Amino acid sequence: MFRTRVPRRLPAALAVAGLALAAAACGGQSSGSGGAQATATAAQLDAKADLSKQRITVTVWDGYTPKELPERAKAELGVQEVKITLHDTNEKAMAKLTAPGDHGIDVAFVSGQYAQALAEQGMLEPIHPELIPNLANLYPEATQLSYDKGNKFSVPYTWGTTGICYRKDLLKSPPQSWNDLLNPPAEADKKVTMMTTERWLALPALKALGLSVNTDKDEDIAKVKELLLKAKPHLLGYDDLTFGEKLKSGEAVMVEAWDGWCPTTEKNIGWVVPKEGSDLWVDTMVIMKSSKNKEAAHAFINYVLSPEIHSWAAENIGYKVPNKAAMDRVEIPEGSLLGISPAELLQGESIIDLGEASTKYTRLATEVAAQK
Amino acid sequence: MTSTSTRPAPPGGRPGPAGGAPAAARRSRRLAASAFLGPGLTYLLVFLLIPLALVFAHSVFRRGRFGGVVYEFTTENFTRLIDPLYLGVVVDSLKLATIATVIALLVGYPTAYAIAHLPPRWKTVALVAIVLPFLTSFIIRMFALIILMSGPGLINRLLGAELEMLYTDGAIVTGLLYAYLPLMVLPLYSAIERLDPQLREASANLGASAFTTFRRVTFPLTLPGVMTGCMFVFVPSFGNFAVPELLGGGKSLMVGNLVQTAFLRERDYPFGSALALTLIAVLLVLLVVQAKAARHG
Repeated sequence: MFRTRVPRRLPAALAVAGLALAAAACGGQSSGSGGAQATATAAQLDAKADLSKQRITVTVWDGYTPKELPERAKAELGVQEVKITLHDTNEKAMAKLTAPGDHGIDVAFVSGQYAQALAEQGMLEPIHPELIPNLANLYPEATQLSYDKGNKFSVPYTWGTTGICYRKDLLKSPPQSWNDLLNPPAEADKKVTMMTTERWLALPALKALGLSVNTDKDEDIAKVKELLLKAKPHLLGYDDLTFGEKLKSGEAVMVEAWDGWCPTTEKNIGWVVPKEGSDLWVDTMVIMKSSKNKEAAHAFINYVLSPEIHSWAAENIGYKVPNKAAMDRVEIPEGSLLGISPAELLQGESIIDLGEASTKYTRLATEVAAQK
Repeated sequence: MTSTSTRPAPPGGRPGPAGGAPAAARRSRRLAASAFLGPGLTYLLVFLLIPLALVFAHSVFRRGRFGGVVYEFTTENFTRLIDPLYLGVVVDSLKLATIATVIALLVGYPTAYAIAHLPPRWKTVALVAIVLPFLTSFIIRMFALIILMSGPGLINRLLGAELEMLYTDGAIVTGLLYAYLPLMVLPLYSAIERLDPQLREASANLGASAFTTFRRVTFPLTLPGVMTGCMFVFVPSFGNFAVPELLGGGKSLMVGNLVQTAFLRERDYPFGSALALTLIAVLLVLLVVQAKAARHG
């Protein structure tokens, strides 16, 4: 996801310096496979590699992992160093990872469709399941994600869906369909918000029309545009960040929302995934092909998948994690959407990368916003 | 935000080289001049010209697959601008900025006129009151407007009404006006203040009505102030992105929003640069017109 986080980034020089040291320290580590071969197939990794000679750099959204994770991972895994750098959006992470030159990043947290795009560019190291025994903690459903069936090059970290968050006391009947959002009842007129980010702006209209969230057909997008423009006069506004607050104050009575952002623990706030279905978004961990510390990178991911670390995300950022052992540890408050089951989530359609066609959605968003 | 505007130079007072100063004195004066100018010029050179050059350069390259810039010459960023979609946004921005400027002038002129005719002690009080909002953060002032204008907000509660105020174009104009009205009042005040009262007396003595005096004497003489004030309001309004985002609810786009989206969301630096250059070009044309008019005035 691209939730806005405080933009902060360690100077690239630090990462580069770290990498230079790492390269010097473990130059002979993967000598068996050789560089040329590694670009085509998975590197030969040694389960008994000496991790104390490896150091890893991880890029992640601010506040998305426990603060003390680097120290704890370092102590637990016996690696030389775990360094965290931050990105505030997927786009920034992609810019970092695809920039020419050596970025020195071993593990990256990006959303599923971006992991897919990186894999298509040949930039990811395939996941070596034998080095991540904690993969067994994942729900079986978590291996059936359409951007990466079988978790060949990514490991899911958090997942969720999009639905309608609404005021039970201010609506005559609970919404059931995306059409209730697009063409609201009289009591909700001008008290509805939709998201502004392209793919989620289009989602309600796509699903209401029975289309795939991943369509790139021009005639589909034209129909979506027509529907979104028809909905616009009934909206309070477009909002990605404060819709929960607007709902609490009663300024809005019905909003398009991510599950983790719908304050259902409040008395009068309800949540529904409309009957036409919705999306399934996943934030993942990937290992870069360029990493020179792949054993340590696998060990790091394995450590994140341990129940006590992975449950932190559910408890502290309010997103569900695809880890059964971790979710079993989490105390789920009354009414919390952490209780949505993996089977229910899997009914959502995964958003996948559309390549060049993604600009069609950018244009759609501009057209809808610019229309009076 | 208004750094691109130029204030008319204060009249008179330039020390001419009359009398042929000795070469040594001239040299030391030149030294002093560069010492005074140096820091400011260096600052502008580094933080204005270099980024501007980068914007120029980026605008003729291609966007990379995941953002970033591919160094391959293209003009498509500019041809994309001719699209009615983007031209429409430019026209909308011009419209909103013009409305805000005209209202600011209609409200600001009488205010400035009244302040200029207050007794000195009250003058200071009034001027401080005009500048006071500037001591508060822009974002906080915008949120104050949100609290006032929102559906369950203060105004509706006081009136017992359900007026739709927030997230409309009216709210955007209100926000722009609130943010930049002082920038209209201050140059108008200094123009009106400088006006010799005897001119108005003469006009009255020659039989002109109060309105004719205003129309034929006061207003023409304060025209440079009017121009400056209008530029000070128009320029930051035209390129604004925070006000349409916060008070417009994302339902209207201004050029500033397009630039912001291109850079921050799409990571399309080349197209964002082309948009930014368009913005700069429009404002430069206006500044030249204003400077020309001011010189004639």
